[in-house]
Amino acid sequence: MRTIIIGCGRVGAGLAGRLAATGDQVTVIDVRTEAFDRLPEGFAGDAVRADGTDEDVLRRIGAEGADRFFALTEGDNRNILAAQLAAETFAIPTVVAKVNDPVRARAYSALGIATVCRTDMLVESLAAFVGLDMDDSTMQVMAPTGHHPGPHGRVEREGIA
Amino acid sequence: MYVIVVGGGKVGYYLTKELLAAGHELVLLEKDRGRARQIADEVGSIVLARDGCEGQHLAEAGANRASIVAAVTGDDEDNLVVCQMAKHHFDVPRTIARVNNPRNESLFRHLGVDEIISPTRMALAAIEQDIPVHELLHLAQLEGGELQLLEAQIGDDSPAIGRRPTDIDLPDGCSLFVLIRDDQAQAIRPDTVFRVGDKVLAITRTECEIDLHRQLIGSGGSEG
Repeated sequence: MRTIIIGCGRVGAGLAGRLAATGDQVTVIDVRTEAFDRLPEGFAGDAVRADGTDEDVLRRIGAEGADRFFALTEGDNRNILAAQLAAETFAIPTVVAKVNDPVRARAYSALGIATVCRTDMLVESLAAFVGLDMDDSTMQVMAPTGHHPGPHGRVEREGIA
Repeated sequence: MYVIVVGGGKVGYYLTKELLAAGHELVLLEKDRGRARQIADEVGSIVLARDGCEGQHLAEAGANRASIVAAVTGDDEDNLVVCQMAKHHFDVPRTIARVNNPRNESLFRHLGVDEIISPTRMALAAIEQDIPVHELLHLAQLEGGELQLLEAQIGDDSPAIGRRPTDIDLPDGCSLFVLIRDDQAQAIRPDTVFRVGDKVLAITRTECEIDLHRQLIGSGGSEG
C-alpha cells in the first residue's frame, strides 16, 4: 500500500508512524520542516517539505497510483482542496479530509470525499462521558454519501441552518 | 441583480465599490472584523464581518436568492469552498473564483466553479505576447475559458517535425487550423508536413493543453 499524508501535525505524524510500522510505503508532507520532529523515532517513510495543495507537488511525490490519501492540515479548506485534487485529478481510491466544521464535513461527504470531524467527535465523547446518549456515527470517518456531480451538476441538498 | 462578494482585500474592496456604483444590490463578507469595519465606514452597512466559507454565514447573507457569488480572497482553497458551498447548497446560478495558482484552474472548473479570474494567467499572457516563455503562446480564451486559442512554435525537439497532421495523435476537442511559415499564413491540410520554425495555431479544450504541448513541442520543453 502507498499512502500520502498532508500535514504532519500530531494526527498526521501519529497516523504516518502507525502505517509505516505495518510496512506501508508512507510519504508525509508539511510546509514546515520542524513538523517532522513529531514523527516517531525510526520512521521508515519519506518526509517532504512542500505544499500539499499544489498539483505539481503531488505529481512529483507520486500521487498517481497511490492507494490512500489523508489531508490532515490545520486548515479545513486546505484539506478540502488537497482531497479533491487527490480524488478528482489523481483518482486515488481512498481519500479522507479532516474537516473540523461539521457543516462543511457533511457537505463534502455528500460531494464524494470521506471526512473526519474532530468537533463532532469531541462533542459526542464528552457528552457520553457525562452520561448523555452517544451518536456512534459521528465517532467514525464519515464515508462519502454521494459523488461529485461534475462541472454542471447539482447534488441533493441537505438543509443548512 | 443580487451579488455576494467574499473577501475584502484589494480586489474585493474595489469590486464592491464598482458594483455599487453600477447600481447592484450587494453584500460583502470579510471575516477580519477590523478590515470589515474599515470598509463599512466607507461603503455603508452592506459589509458583514463573517467567514464566507461557512454555510451558516452564506445563508445569513441571503445566498439562496443571489444571482452571483464572487469569491476573491487571496487563498485559492477558500475561494473554492465558497463557490462549492454556494453552488451545491444554495443553487447559486453563477459562481466566480479568483485563482492564484494557474494549475488549479481546470480542477476548479471541473468542481463546478463557473468563472475563473486568474491574475497570474493574465500577467503571464501579457508577458508571453513579447517573450514566448512556454513555447505555447496563449492568444485568447474562448467560451468562458473552456477553450484556448494557442500558437505553438515547432522547435528543434518537436516530435511533429516531418509529420502530417493525420500522423499526430491529438486529443479530442483539439484542432490545428492555420500554419504560419515564412511569415505567410496557410490552412493546415491533411498533406501539410510540419518543419522547424513553423507556427501552428490551434484551438483546444483547456484540459488538453498538456497533450497538445507534448505532441507539438515535445516533453523536453517546460509545460504551460
